[in-house]
Amino acid sequence: MRITDGGRRSAAVFPSAIIHFGALLPLCVLAWRAWRGDLTFNPIQAVIQSSGRTAVHLLLLSLAATPAALLLRMPILTSVRRPLGLYAFAWAALHMFTFAVVDFGLNLPRIASELREKAYLWFGLLAFGLLLSLAITSTRGWQKRLGRRWKILHRTAYFAAALALLHFQASQKAEINMVVVYYAPLLAVLLILRLPTLRKALAARR
Amino acid sequence: MPRVRPNIPRIASSLITPESVYMSRRRLLRMAGLGLGAAALAACTPASAPTRTSMPASAIASPLATSDPKFKTDEFGTKANSWDEITRYNNYYEFSTDKEAVADLAANFKTNPWSVTVGGLVDKPKTFDLDDLHSLGEEERVYRLRCVEAWSMVIPWMGFPLSRLLREVQPTSKAKYVRFEAAFDAAQMPGVSSPFYNWPYVEGLRIDEAMHDLTFIATGLYGKPLPNQNGAPLRLVVPWKYGFKSIKAIVKIDLVENQPVSLWSAAAPSEYGFYSNVNPERAHPRWSQATERRIGELSRRDTLRFNGYEAQVADLYTGMDLYANY
Ligand code: HEM
Repeated sequence: MRITDGGRRSAAVFPSAIIHFGALLPLCVLAWRAWRGDLTFNPIQAVIQSSGRTAVHLLLLSLAATPAALLLRMPILTSVRRPLGLYAFAWAALHMFTFAVVDFGLNLPRIASELREKAYLWFGLLAFGLLLSLAITSTRGWQKRLGRRWKILHRTAYFAAALALLHFQASQKAEINMVVVYYAPLLAVLLILRLPTLRKALAARR
Repeated sequence: MPRVRPNIPRIASSLITPESVYMSRRRLLRMAGLGLGAAALAACTPASAPTRTSMPASAIASPLATSDPKFKTDEFGTKANSWDEITRYNNYYEFSTDKEAVADLAANFKTNPWSVTVGGLVDKPKTFDLDDLHSLGEEERVYRLRCVEAWSMVIPWMGFPLSRLLREVQPTSKAKYVRFEAAFDAAQMPGVSSPFYNWPYVEGLRIDEAMHDLTFIATGLYGKPLPNQNGAPLRLVVPWKYGFKSIKAIVKIDLVENQPVSLWSAAAPSEYGFYSNVNPERAHPRWSQATERRIGELSRRDTLRFNGYEAQVADLYTGMDLYANY
């Protein structure tokens, strides 16, 4: 697909079908594997892990939208931020649902004792709380109502991503893992690209 | 505390439910999220077909719901996991950290000839070959296996108590611990190139733990020779301890005076202690130790103290602080 950025920039919207397809494809894959009985011998773990990863992927992609729009000079890309962020939230919700309802059968004392024992769950819970508040306030109405504060609030998406990565990292057995070698540096680059000076330099590029 | 009986083989191997039957049943269960529960479970349980291949596919699919008493079970009556589950979901880092990749990677691992050198503080050091090992007997023990990663299985092992092997070499009175060492062959074991672990795999037991009747050397599974991915040709099975204590593909056993440092204790001393008795009261930073996922089931079970073997083994630890000595 070719996307041109000529003409009515502000009205241009990234084809949402691509986003829906990309964000729902992992769900189809999960469903297909479940149907084939191919979710490993530990299917609950498989669903928790793959939903968590998909949430992280979508969240990072959402955060990459603005820098990518600047770097590629495709302002249209900023329109993917919100849907990708919402999908990241949906996947995180599926992740949490699998944990609390499928795995722990909503046994609240057990869940509470898990939370007491494991710091990494708190990182996940905090990340989820942030994503929830961002999802709720993602509408135009809230954007208007919050005014300048909306922008500040929605910058906490970076914080949510950092918490999610902390959570991911602490859930791993190996000390050197995907988070350390791949996801965390990626998030760091995304953050650096948003530094005001770099940002201005990028925007001023011809 | 549920009633606990000693593990005595109660079922002739001719009556084993064929693994193919378990397989199809478990496959249904593996469909996460689908409430295919008891009905499918109770279905298709024909008796007495000793091998997988002799089982016609039509019989496997039989929907007749009979509750067959001839399943292998642990002493609580819980059915053993299927051949497929036990041999396709393996934690065996020498081959891979991916549990479902181990079976294929271990397929060509050479286990014959094999020898196990037993020495150290003993009167009669001896090297056992496969025939020597088989002459130590082959009985069945259906044991629960509880992995520290909070999953578990019920496994019908074949083999002999470790004490029988140790008596052959006559430990001296100075011997306080037993140190086990696993095979380490970079040419055959792709996982040992990992720089994060201090190969070879080493484990240890206190001598009284090692001499306990539950402590077992497995050489077989479901009445067949032990598959490579499960630790062929011989592995330790200590059912009241987390699975990683049950070292696989043993090549060396030494009676020693000082507590050995196991591979996992060396890698993360705060997470994996020397004892590593199954203990629902002692938390691990990542995995729930209060509950576990039994492979093939979709809801968690409570983890039992000493993995349900408390009545048999608790007196090994009287007076010991099991929280500090994790
Ligand atoms: C209340 C919130 C949350 C709970 C209770 C929770 C629970 C868990 C648990 C139990 C695991 C370990 C799975 C295992 O290895 O067996 C895990 C892993 C993970 N979680 Fe969460 N989580 C939460 C929120 C989040 C959020 C918001 C994200 C991402 C945006 C996330 C991403 C991940 C990732 C990537 C993993 C690692 C998966 C892997 O090992 O491949 N989690 N989570």
